[in-house]
Amino acid sequence: MRNRTETSDLTQADFDFVRTLVKQHSSISLDDSKGYLVSSRLLPIARGRGFESVAALITHLRSRPHGKVHTDVLEAVATTETSFFRDFHPYEALRDQVIPDLIRKRRESTRMLSIWSGACSSGQEPYSVAMVLRQVIPDIDTWTIQLLASDFSGAMVERARKGVFKQLEVNRGLPAHLLVRYFDQHGASWWLKDEVKRMVTFFQQNLDREWTRIPQVDLVFLRNVLIYFDVETRRRILRKVRRHLRPDGFLVMGAAETTLSLDDSFRRVQFGRAAFYQPGEGSGQ
Amino acid sequence: MTKKALVIDDSRAMRTILSGILGELGYEVQGAEDGGRALEILNAGGLFDLALVDWNMPQMTGYDFVLEVRKETRFNDLRLVMVTTETEVSRMSDALEAGADEYIMKPFNKEMLLEKLMLLGIEAELD
Ligand SMILES: C[S@@+](CC[C@H](N)C(=O)[O-])C[C@H]1O[C@@H](n2cnc3c(N)ncnc32)[C@H](O)[C@@H]1O
Repeated sequence: MRNRTETSDLTQADFDFVRTLVKQHSSISLDDSKGYLVSSRLLPIARGRGFESVAALITHLRSRPHGKVHTDVLEAVATTETSFFRDFHPYEALRDQVIPDLIRKRRESTRMLSIWSGACSSGQEPYSVAMVLRQVIPDIDTWTIQLLASDFSGAMVERARKGVFKQLEVNRGLPAHLLVRYFDQHGASWWLKDEVKRMVTFFQQNLDREWTRIPQVDLVFLRNVLIYFDVETRRRILRKVRRHLRPDGFLVMGAAETTLSLDDSFRRVQFGRAAFYQPGEGSGQ
Repeated sequence: MTKKALVIDDSRAMRTILSGILGELGYEVQGAEDGGRALEILNAGGLFDLALVDWNMPQMTGYDFVLEVRKETRFNDLRLVMVTTETEVSRMSDALEAGADEYIMKPFNKEMLLEKLMLLGIEAELD
């Protein structure tokens, strides 16, 4: 029982193997304190596939070319916690200021809004945006709304696309009047109505790979995802965000996140209790 | 000024849990075991900012309580949040139509309650 990481029953070598795999494929950095997290998230996969232990699963991973099991492991290690209207304030800012402003500006020109949620998990984030848009834009059907949502996890993208949520999930952060208005109840599951579901286009995209499907957008949501990456990766991704944001567009981050000390070229703009980030002078190179 | 809340639930355990959470948010909390008792407290002149309201209670249900409260303009500033095992969407829309401001389905946890209160502009002090 030597050489085990402090908080789990993984050997250091096994943990390091998973750590390298994860870093390579999803850019997530796992420090030594994450041994327990890794083993607890791999246990269901090991059980489900008939391995006698997490160690046996890792031995299998080592001996095989990259395949489905590896993908399952990568997706299991990523934290996917999310909720509708998470932290609420950014959505309040969207509803009361940011979207009305954009609509005013684009009304006489393109009549188009482009928004991208870059780590969408099971979809609550882009769907919250979609509901806000429906609430705020009365003549939404005469606009072109491009609402893109991606995640590196295929399993998450698939779940998100279904737009089916558990009671526990709709009980969190979602205003009751929106639940009543935009969902159909089937027992304990809540199905998002088509009018909202069809607004969002989901696809798989690793933030640290080439962004082939991302156009110029008005809003980028990168919430609670950069925290899992090392500083260099965060910087690299923020540089790319700048190239994809319109000059009057905004980056929206998690409540505890900021571009400060990562990328000086973003300007912090306060809307009520939420801070958004605008690409500043000299951006876009 | 201290904010005041009413916790209306026929389960004493539930009243204790909810009062505890609201207490942490800085509320002075008073409990009531059904809607009728809660109305008495309100009518006796108690000024409250928030009420958490169960649905199924003896004497007067939470739904009837909401209807009664919303008849009177002097309670317009009272935020009403249903906290109930009723999970049918028809119930939910009935409650909203009657004048409830938010709706939480049981089972819930503290975080869910705080998230819903945030929607009403009621903020937990971040620690
Ligand atoms: C904690 S969730 C945040 C979800 C949502 N943005 C929110 O704030 O509620 C983080 C998400 O990032 C995804 N993720 C992790 N690494 C990623 C990467 N390299 N590229 C794209 N998505 C990634 C995970 O799969 C997960 O769904």
